[in-house]
Amino acid sequence: MISYAECSARERLALLLDPGSFHEWLPPSERVMSPHLAQLGVPSAFDDGVAVGRAMLDGRSVFVAAQEGAFMGGGVGEVHGAKLVGLLQRALRDRPAAVLLLAESGGVRLHEANAGLIAVSEVMRSLLDVRAAGIPVLVLIGGANGCFGGMGIVARCADYIVMSDVGRLAMSGPEVIEASHGVDEFDSRDRALVWRTTGGKHRWLTGDCDALVEDDVAAFRAAAIAAIDVSKPLTLEALEQEHALLTKRLHALDTIDTTDRDEAALLWSALGIADARQVPELSVEAVRALRTA
Amino acid sequence: MQWNSLVTQLFGPYHGMREDGDFLQGEVIFDGEPIAVIGTTNHAPIGVRLALAQARVVLDTVAQHPGRPTLLLIDTQGQQLRRRDELLGINRAMAHLGASIDLARRRGHRVIGLVYDQALSGGFITSGLIADACYALPDAEIRVMRIPAMARVTKLPEEKLTALSQSNPVFAPGVQNYVAMGGVRALWRGDLQACLREALAHTPTDDRRARDGAERGGRRLAAAVVQRVLDAA
Repeated sequence: MISYAECSARERLALLLDPGSFHEWLPPSERVMSPHLAQLGVPSAFDDGVAVGRAMLDGRSVFVAAQEGAFMGGGVGEVHGAKLVGLLQRALRDRPAAVLLLAESGGVRLHEANAGLIAVSEVMRSLLDVRAAGIPVLVLIGGANGCFGGMGIVARCADYIVMSDVGRLAMSGPEVIEASHGVDEFDSRDRALVWRTTGGKHRWLTGDCDALVEDDVAAFRAAAIAAIDVSKPLTLEALEQEHALLTKRLHALDTIDTTDRDEAALLWSALGIADARQVPELSVEAVRALRTA
Repeated sequence: MQWNSLVTQLFGPYHGMREDGDFLQGEVIFDGEPIAVIGTTNHAPIGVRLALAQARVVLDTVAQHPGRPTLLLIDTQGQQLRRRDELLGINRAMAHLGASIDLARRRGHRVIGLVYDQALSGGFITSGLIADACYALPDAEIRVMRIPAMARVTKLPEEKLTALSQSNPVFAPGVQNYVAMGGVRALWRGDLQACLREALAHTPTDDRRARDGAERGGRRLAAAVVQRVLDAA
């Protein structure tokens, strides 16, 4: 078993895809780098923190992008974002079987904040173009930096999300919320609370991810292969269903006194999960069996 | 600008827009044709509830009024920074709002964003930034983070960021920088009705922001990098 979380982006590509099949576009040797980091005197990367290209997965042609969490937390800058947009536009043109996004990102890279924000929205629009064309977009989340900010929204625009239990998917990081509203609102050092709020098991039980796997590259590969043909068209009916689900969830805790109680466990109970308080202690396999819908 | 003053200038004193807390909604008549207007005010933080409220109107418009143009009025301090919203999947609610607007666009609704006061990161990315195009008033403010906070997070000196922000639109808040980068298509000055009329008639439906950013000099690389990925062997 090889930990997905501990792999670099390129190690993930090497282990997850068919051996030797990854062909990179704009590889590090071409040195397509951020002009803004250099201006700030901050070290740059020859790939701006993301590798994009084509590959084979179980003998099928796929396009793939992998964000490198060790470089600026996987933050999206102008070049990084443009590589993702280019990949998605190319998918729209060349129609691979699927697009895989190995997401690991804190969201917008603050060092180039304005350009990063626009870039993330361009990624979102081009991803939705690919999805609307019936080409499945799969997002894999299991890196140590999680998938946050604008990339947390991008992930939820995709057809299918695979997460490990150590993976995290959310919008604002706990540190940001704590800095804004205090430690009583969100204690970012309470790791158990952070995972109950943003982690893979929680996202599985709420249906925010579509597959929950162990922190194992082979498990991610198997889940991606299983989902390669899962296309979920965003029709008006599908969006009405999504709206109903989110509205029900918004009100799930309305009538419950949550003072000094574990809100995550209360939410899981409200969603029909038995023995919700035990969830953090359970194995991935046991949690997988708990989901009711 | 106050939302009421804005919509009065755009649609006259009997515009019929309603304010429900921080949420704005209305069906207005412009040049004899109905337009759906959705917005927020009071620098609203966008949490799950406000994201769903906006999506509701978008989906209703798609279902009941095929093709009706939609105007998004933006004033937000960004996403709601609360643990409860994260627990409830605020990113999923935001994505749902974005996907709803995207569906409207694909079904032929013209969707136009207007930043009339303030726009920040998370509250902006699935409204104005996912419309056909986004416009702004000249005295509006758009940013990801204030420079002092940016200095803290990036551990770079505030003076350095301030100095760079004079020459490089990437670092500094301000609608003019977003215009230069292509994120905002144009500023609405003077006759706002004429601006809206022009936007409804001529807003492109494809994403031109990277090309605009290159032509305007504010974001020189994005369009070229996209093209290089498309052309790569």
